[in-house]
Amino acid sequence: MSLVLVTMIGICALSLVQGAGSADATTLLEVLNGFDPQKTDHLILRDLRMPRALAALMIGAALGVAGALMQGVTRNPLASPTLMGLNAGAGLGLACVLVVAPGAPFVALIASAFLGAGIGVGLSLGLGLAAGGASAPLRLALAGAAVSALLGAIGSGVVIVGEIAQDVLFFTAGGVQGVGWDELGLAAPWIVIGLLIALLASPAVSLLSLGEDVAASLGARVILTRTVAAVATLLLAGAAVAIAGQVGFIGLAAPHLARFTVGQDYRRIIPVAGLIGATLLVAADLAARTLNPPHETPVSLLTALIGAPVLIWIARRSARVL
Amino acid sequence: MTKAMKTASPIVIVGLVFLALATLSLGTGSMNIDPSALFSALLGTGDSGTSLIVWSIRLPRLVLAALAGASLALAGAILQGITRNGLADPGILGLTAGAGLAVTGLIWLQSNGIAVEPHWRPAVAFAGAAFAAFITAIAARRDGVIAPVRLLLAGIGMNALIGAATLVIAMGLDQQLYSAAAVWLSGSLSGAGWSASATLAPWLAILALALAAQTRQLDLLSLGDETAAGRGLAVDTCRLRVAAIAVGLAGAGVAFSGGIGFVGLVAPHMARLMVGPKHVVALPLAALCGAAITVAADLIGRTAFAPVELPAGIVASALGAPWFIWLMWNGKDQKG
Repeated sequence: MSLVLVTMIGICALSLVQGAGSADATTLLEVLNGFDPQKTDHLILRDLRMPRALAALMIGAALGVAGALMQGVTRNPLASPTLMGLNAGAGLGLACVLVVAPGAPFVALIASAFLGAGIGVGLSLGLGLAAGGASAPLRLALAGAAVSALLGAIGSGVVIVGEIAQDVLFFTAGGVQGVGWDELGLAAPWIVIGLLIALLASPAVSLLSLGEDVAASLGARVILTRTVAAVATLLLAGAAVAIAGQVGFIGLAAPHLARFTVGQDYRRIIPVAGLIGATLLVAADLAARTLNPPHETPVSLLTALIGAPVLIWIARRSARVL
Repeated sequence: MTKAMKTASPIVIVGLVFLALATLSLGTGSMNIDPSALFSALLGTGDSGTSLIVWSIRLPRLVLAALAGASLALAGAILQGITRNGLADPGILGLTAGAGLAVTGLIWLQSNGIAVEPHWRPAVAFAGAAFAAFITAIAARRDGVIAPVRLLLAGIGMNALIGAATLVIAMGLDQQLYSAAAVWLSGSLSGAGWSASATLAPWLAILALALAAQTRQLDLLSLGDETAAGRGLAVDTCRLRVAAIAVGLAGAGVAFSGGIGFVGLVAPHMARLMVGPKHVVALPLAALCGAAITVAADLIGRTAFAPVELPAGIVASALGAPWFIWLMWNGKDQKG
């Protein structure tokens, strides 16, 4: 756990100093101790890099924790925001608002992405679980794929009919470029609340991950735990997708990597998945900025590069469970 | 009803539906053409303006929709047969995405001054689809066995990976080409000319003939590996052969129509519902269903929000995804 923490801090520092017009560690300390608005490098650090790094940290943590909650509660190794129709749902919500009210304030965009994400995840989970029970991870994944296809198709239709392709490009490509303090300020409270709820609920989720019957006999309140976990998941994943767009697979990969490091106990998996998710996204964002300057490589590509092999690895490993 | 009639009547019915849709599609658009004017235009006796619209705009598009739909439906039928999984489909298994990536790469090459003749497109798309199929199969293979379940999961992973790579290439295009690529990727038949159909038709014909020689083997394969081997079938080589045909069909279908989703999933199911699982009748009927669905999707796409055009692929996904969910819900995904 401490290893993860050290890696995270290291990558964050690297992310702050790297980029066009690189700053060094001393500048960073200067900004932290006494900010001077006359200096360009101070401004770059404070107004561009810091909110961006912080956003990547929070969104990565949010996605990692959301994935861990989903996997713990459904006992399904494939449960994760990306595979459950969250991105497609949020995209649809966003597209609808942009068509109906073109000049809608940022808050309305966030709210619509939230709502869409909730519908997407709700539909996928509902269909996947009702059709096959918790023991059928494949069904959940397929239900998610179908719901994603459906909502994605409707979303694309709305984008084409409303002629707003340019406006949603930031969402399609994903990433935290262009996130400033204002956007961060809007999303951060939800993420913080979600993280707190997740941490408080983690002992109950840990019980639930042993199976419904075992959890009930150990005194866990199954329905309450599920509801609380669902609320936290929605807060976290919805806020993340609302400001960062389609950043896929962090929520799938982080919990598995966490399980790899700290074992099966969700009291530890949930926080560690958050740390790992944060590290992954900051690293992906750093790579996105520096691989091919001055162009930004889409973060969604980099996270898919991490996530798709994880998915295939799960498929190969857990063949018996499926 | 005799057995021959039982198999013939669905083909006749779907054929009539297809013809009705085709007539409707030829007659509807920014300028509506009534049936009598349409037929005289088709026979070459109508006025020149109507003939121009029918012969150089609507008919090539209709033919391409039908050919692409038939290709995708056949590919889906084969994949469902050999994986013995009713949820298999060129889109789910990553073939469509692979072909899409290859063709986007081709567009990118063209934008950088390296022109490639358009009749190579199906070949390039085939290579992309084959590459994706190969990687998916490798990823799903364990202890020498490719379990259907792992194949589907690996396909979902491949889709994500290839989709992201395609996005990167597409974003490297200039604004105009990017829009064109984005529309094409979502499965559009807009602006189709005769050349696309002329390129696609021979591919489809050759692959369909190759497939026609394999229907009995497909029947055996869908009974399961042990049974098929017990009946004297060389299971692995046979599966490889028909899988190659499926990849070719999917690649050809995607090459000019982008990824029209769910046609390859829905059409084979419709065919099996009507005539049962025997491939010798189910395959042609599936092709006909696929053609009809694609023509209908294109018709809806270009008329529902006219003058804005929705790509046929978007309409097909919006209609096909609920079907997919319904199949899952009823547990009909595990046949055999």
